[in-house]
Amino acid sequence: MRYAMAVDTRKCVGCSDCVVACQTENNVPIGFCRDWVVEVVDGTYPQLEIELRSERCNHCDNAPCVRCCPTGASHIVEGGVVMVKPNKCIGCGACIASCPYDARFPHPKGYVDKCTFCIHRVREGMKPACVAVCPTKCMYFGDLDDPNSDVSVVLKKRKYKTLIPEAGTKPQLYFLI
Amino acid sequence: MATRRQFIRISTMGAGAVVAGAAGIRLFGSALTDGQKATVAALTGRTPTYCEVCFWKCAGWVYKDEKGAIQKIIGNNEDMNCNGRFCPRGTGGVGMYHDEDRLRTPLIRTEERGKQSFREATWEEAFDYIAEKIKVISAEHGPECLALFTHGSGGKYFSTLLRALGSPHVAAPSYAQCRGPREVAFQATFGETIESPERTDIRDTRCLVLIGSHIGENMHNGQVQEMSDAIDKGATIITVDPRYSTAAGKSKYWLPIKPATDLALLLAWINVIITEELYDKPYVEKYTYGFEYLKEHVRNMTPEWAYGITTIDPTVIRETAREMANAAPAVIVHPGRHVTWYGDDTQRLRAVAILNALLGSWGRRGGFFRPEVFELPEPPHPAYPTPRRSWRTEFPDLYKMADTVLANGLCDATIPDPSRHCQFQGWIVNGTNLIETLPNQANTIAAIQALQLLVVIDTMPMEITGWADVVLPECTYLERYDDLRVGPHRKPQIALRAPAAEPMHNTKPAFWMARELAKRLGVIEYFPFETMEEQLDWQLKQVGSSLEEMKKIGVKTFDRSYEDLYFAPDEDVEFYTGTGKIELYSLALEEAGYDPLPKYTKHEEPPEGYYRLNYGRAPMHTFSRTANNPNLTDLMEENSVWVNPRVAKEWGLSTGQYVHLMNQDGKRSEFPIKVRVTERIRWDSVYMVHGFGHDQKKLRRCYGKGASDTNLITKVLVDPIMGGTGMRGNFVTFIIDLKAEEVAS
Repeated sequence: MRYAMAVDTRKCVGCSDCVVACQTENNVPIGFCRDWVVEVVDGTYPQLEIELRSERCNHCDNAPCVRCCPTGASHIVEGGVVMVKPNKCIGCGACIASCPYDARFPHPKGYVDKCTFCIHRVREGMKPACVAVCPTKCMYFGDLDDPNSDVSVVLKKRKYKTLIPEAGTKPQLYFLI
Repeated sequence: MATRRQFIRISTMGAGAVVAGAAGIRLFGSALTDGQKATVAALTGRTPTYCEVCFWKCAGWVYKDEKGAIQKIIGNNEDMNCNGRFCPRGTGGVGMYHDEDRLRTPLIRTEERGKQSFREATWEEAFDYIAEKIKVISAEHGPECLALFTHGSGGKYFSTLLRALGSPHVAAPSYAQCRGPREVAFQATFGETIESPERTDIRDTRCLVLIGSHIGENMHNGQVQEMSDAIDKGATIITVDPRYSTAAGKSKYWLPIKPATDLALLLAWINVIITEELYDKPYVEKYTYGFEYLKEHVRNMTPEWAYGITTIDPTVIRETAREMANAAPAVIVHPGRHVTWYGDDTQRLRAVAILNALLGSWGRRGGFFRPEVFELPEPPHPAYPTPRRSWRTEFPDLYKMADTVLANGLCDATIPDPSRHCQFQGWIVNGTNLIETLPNQANTIAAIQALQLLVVIDTMPMEITGWADVVLPECTYLERYDDLRVGPHRKPQIALRAPAAEPMHNTKPAFWMARELAKRLGVIEYFPFETMEEQLDWQLKQVGSSLEEMKKIGVKTFDRSYEDLYFAPDEDVEFYTGTGKIELYSLALEEAGYDPLPKYTKHEEPPEGYYRLNYGRAPMHTFSRTANNPNLTDLMEENSVWVNPRVAKEWGLSTGQYVHLMNQDGKRSEFPIKVRVTERIRWDSVYMVHGFGHDQKKLRRCYGKGASDTNLITKVLVDPIMGGTGMRGNFVTFIIDLKAEEVAS
């Protein structure tokens, strides 16, 4: 089993609904976020291109944050989902520095926090909150080992990219282009 | 505190999309809790609601945590407005409930208007005060001199109150400050209006044409969803906008038009469609009136003619017209929503309507469908008294096609003027922040200062509350029942709003307030049910449901009772116009003394060193009402002014720098605004998101953040046909040296 997510940059309008839905689903305190929106503009008026994408933890196959964690708080659970055990985290920040995606942040309660792919929902057969709420339905989630999962199907059909592949982290967040 | 995270990260190519995350880490105590504890199981029970953060009114479920606190709101899968997916504002609606700056108790003014001196009052005191004033105004001037300005659900109850007293003057700024021109134009052409949610069949369209409409930034949920579906199905999007909007970024064709020239482009498109015989001939022949007049009218309005006006390449004009015709009838030239721009807006929207008619998209799959509204029995009450006077008599020969009361008309007719018989004496303002809603703030304030009574009902201390004599604090939509939502859609549907929590502080629902006032004013018979629950149950039982059932399902869908969604082939359709046909040539407009066919008129251009002020929406905010919402402010806490790099270079501006803006009348922005240098805006205009620059200190989170566009709209281009207030005719320049300027002032 290998959970992954694909985000369709052609459909995303950058509304940040994924951010609010994540906050209310996961009790993320105001002022912090586990997912965010990136806008990249290229060109000169009027020859322009824009890419909008909803980003979060890449749940890397080769996760530097897990490797560098001195206490084992950062760990990997089923489907390759990278998690943090708050009660084992000492807030040293090594993982934050090691993450090429800026996906982690210090929670005001003293531990490092990040996206969990809403594993608590996934275990109950639901989709992550961001995927479920997105008005443009631009996000696809599922098991890459299952050829019929939403994410497998869309990755077969469409061209995609990952972010900073040169970091060698084998990220599992795909962007449809 | 750790530093605030950035929610929206903007970068340009090459600069690297990822922000290095090496922020310093603060260590906290060791009392760690399990922040990732599953919340799914912990949430107990759910309450149906429909959203009140904007006018789309999506139906959803409110969930509470184990302590009984409102935790999250999720869309109802059965709801056709949202299909189970709320937008950021709806999802962030919880912030409206939790906002610590909410109004808490009734307030009565103690000093002069606008000074913000209030004393806390009991509901009885507040109602007695209002009832007494209303009695005096009714006796001295007539009940017609009372007016209601409203936006949102609560307005219905105050409207009943006013009509019961004998005043017809109920106005919604959503008409003359927003979508009025399109409704009048489509009424004149097709005999029907667009309404809300719009009857656009975007999900099945093959070509969507957006003219200044920025779907995706305006988060009109169902339309955003359907645009995304259309993208999936490979539909062509054509966007006309001086700004590279999000929608433009998803378009096959982006036409970076010179601002204020859209009508010329539309006429050129009509010219191409007719000249190249691309129109739907059987449809035009069977259903329309006045084709020959139209053909003659646009004869010389060629793409080459339009090129000199719009700066759009004639080849592109032809190509896009053909693209529309290829997709026809599954094509939508979208009527937009906020369309009060230049004062000739009804005529511009007439051109939009005509273009749709030529393409045969009205009544066709992928074009415009025939919506149906659920017919719900109204609570029985006596007939309303017949008003003796109307606002219209104050505006002889003006706005003859306005089919509703104009908010700006009432405002103008409130300002003392010897030529007027009935100046308005009392205003009830429900859920609309008129200071930020009506253009020309000085005018609004002059009207307010002439009133004997100003009552404001709101959940938040918006600017308008500062001018009130009495402020009535309403509980949020999450804490009350309201009327069933019955809006038009593909199928008739009803949605229930039930309270998920008890009203916080000393706040109350609008229904209760209006009914209490009705008691004191002797018109209680217009409110036959004591509670909203009783009324809802009575209404629902008339249509084979019940309050109990609706509490379980939230939304109920019914079968269509008349007509199909689309015209059948060769169907004989009677349009509700004078001729019974689609009027390409409008006899109603001609009869009223207006141009029966739209003409392009040149609009004023910005003087040297000034830029046209354009404004719009951000997906995470609604008007000015969400600016203090803790969840939504978190996503966007201030607006910025978009400046083209060429202009920025000329002025030496850089991103992140704060400037003041000053308009052509010397009106300066009250607060500084952050510059965003971006290629996404034309060099002859600037852009900002509406709804910021609040000067009400009680709105602690948003006070002084960003600038208010309304503040800079002192010049209003009024549409003579229906009274819409065109707000895109203002020009601004930059005041850069803030210190020197502030010292000087």
